[in-house]
Amino acid sequence: MDRSSRSRSRRLAPAVAAAAALILAGCSSSSGGKKAEEGAANASAGKADTPRMTVALVTHQAPGDTFWDTVRKGAEAAAAKDNMKLVYASDPNAGNQANLVQNAIDQKVDGIAVTLAKPDAMKSVIGKARQSGIPVVGLNSGLSDWKKLDLLEFFGQDESVAGEAFGKKLNTTGAKKVVCVIQEQGNVGLTQRCDGVKKTFTGTTETLYVNGTDMPSVKATITAKLKQDTSIDTVVTLGAPFALTAVQSVADAGSKAQVATFDLNKELVKAVRNGTIEFAVDQQPYLQGYLAVDSLWLYKNNGNYSGGGEQPVLTGPAFVDKSNIDRIAAFAAKGTR
Amino acid sequence: MRMAQQAEPAAGAPPASGPGVADGRTTRRPLALRLLARPEVGVFLGAAAVLVFFLIVAPSVREGGSMATVLYQSSTIGIMALPVALLMIGGEFDLSAGVAVITSALTASMLSYQLTLNVWVGVIAALIVSLAIGAFNGWMVVKTGLPSFLVTLGTFLILQGANLAVTKLVTGNVATDDISDMDGFDQAKKVFASSVGVGGVQVKITVFYWLAFAALATWVLLRTKYGNWVFAVGGSKESARAVGVPVTFTKISLFMLVGLGAWFVGMHELFSFNTVQSGEGVGPELIYISAAVIGGCLLTGGYGSAIGPVFGAFMFGMVNQGIVFAGWNPDWFKAFLGVMLLGAVLINLWVQRTATRR
Repeated sequence: MDRSSRSRSRRLAPAVAAAAALILAGCSSSSGGKKAEEGAANASAGKADTPRMTVALVTHQAPGDTFWDTVRKGAEAAAAKDNMKLVYASDPNAGNQANLVQNAIDQKVDGIAVTLAKPDAMKSVIGKARQSGIPVVGLNSGLSDWKKLDLLEFFGQDESVAGEAFGKKLNTTGAKKVVCVIQEQGNVGLTQRCDGVKKTFTGTTETLYVNGTDMPSVKATITAKLKQDTSIDTVVTLGAPFALTAVQSVADAGSKAQVATFDLNKELVKAVRNGTIEFAVDQQPYLQGYLAVDSLWLYKNNGNYSGGGEQPVLTGPAFVDKSNIDRIAAFAAKGTR
Repeated sequence: MRMAQQAEPAAGAPPASGPGVADGRTTRRPLALRLLARPEVGVFLGAAAVLVFFLIVAPSVREGGSMATVLYQSSTIGIMALPVALLMIGGEFDLSAGVAVITSALTASMLSYQLTLNVWVGVIAALIVSLAIGAFNGWMVVKTGLPSFLVTLGTFLILQGANLAVTKLVTGNVATDDISDMDGFDQAKKVFASSVGVGGVQVKITVFYWLAFAALATWVLLRTKYGNWVFAVGGSKESARAVGVPVTFTKISLFMLVGLGAWFVGMHELFSFNTVQSGEGVGPELIYISAAVIGGCLLTGGYGSAIGPVFGAFMFGMVNQGIVFAGWNPDWFKAFLGVMLLGAVLINLWVQRTATRR
């Protein structure tokens, strides 16, 4: 850029900015958008006066997952209330996740909340945390392993139980043939869900693997499946974003299939409301994050164990369908349900 | 020796070898420029900068235990970045390196468990499988003349699918069974996944292997005939062939070296975690390549070092853990990494130009 053009751009900039502001003002939307979201304030519960403490929440989140974002919001709400600093870290790779727990130990945090998607990989590092005297609680996944690994408490849902409940619910909707869509091959929890559905559902259940990190391919794969087998009357997805994609696939394939799903998000609530999605099983991720972090505060300040140190604290399966959607919709709009 | 002279400008003559052959055509250049001409100098400065930066912003990094965590994370990248870097100096590329690690671990675990054998049998079988995958990659590249990018992309997809499908077929699950109560496990764990106390801090054994392998690779590159062959085939295959370098052998053996590295890291993962998840290993291959590139290896081949990727891997480990130690929002991690990668490449470019200016 030479000097003359630079000074010209300096003169131009305010004019362009003013014009842009005018255009934007003239084009504001009368519904939805950020303004509508700002109307709904987030839950806040004051603040504890206990000494400041630091807790780490280490999950197996893949970057950009709506579900985990909700878990994190719950954890942050609890941390804000309990006068805590929350260190959040995540990695879908088991070895890296174990390393992040080690990282929290190095930081000498006062408590660790961890997901056990790959319990074997976490065994030794959780042992190290216990040796360092750091209380560790589990959340979300690892229901069958948390006691073996000597965790204090566990907050989550039993994936098999949730799958079985899902299958029973399908029996009441008159479904005959369902396809269970797994978005991450190799994920134990997801496999348990489909197996649970298979166990209690009286019709036939097929499994379909899709690449969850690539939505267009998810859409195409489900479409192809529905075209190939026109007798499928229900598509079961294991995550909210996939349910919404499956709705499009059903339309593309010209199929009559219904869609039902595990897990919620903001958009999914709308879809349940207007009937494009039949129902969802909610494991209440906000609650998982909130309770896990809050429990560390209770343990430190009052020595309490949720679940009495014997039983997990179950956060699901709670069904969300047309009958109760209105109560949940307001919270979902804020992205906390 | 004639070959060695040809390779020297690319390798950066080791300072110990004294002045080069003075034939009147070149004059001795200032020490600073000669230092800058070495491929690992840029990355060394970068790694030092990243380390100092995190020492300042994150107090918990200053403790010995934290550094052990950083070095461990770096070593799991670094052990693979070494053979990947050698392969890149040899002018080739391997996208299947990440899933090959998991393939190796799955092979050892399932073979031992299903046939109820001593785990060492599985370890040896996994080594054979890993070397075979490397040999296949190399053979395909050499025989077809296709770009290694395409060949190994194919292998990457094949292995990714096979990891899942075979595991499901054999075990009925998507993860292998726990082998920690089998014969030989404890021995193998000592070899591949134990910790060593250094000054009151537990350091994972992979860190020592990593540094030992780096020293070995440096010696091979700068001091042996094979090292010259690697530079030669990466620089120009035809010229190398013309002066009698066994191009086919060199390329295939480089791919097999990547297989060897994958086997080693795979065994480490298996004996650290007792079971293996079949879906993992997608993504690290780019991290290995990035560590090699940050470490001064060129994508075009014929230039690079073995010590550069050590610093490259250290930068990755440091940033990865440093962001968490500093308590920053980890959402930014990948963006930070990308900026770092570009920065490193730009520094390398600048260093190259400065160093080669007459």
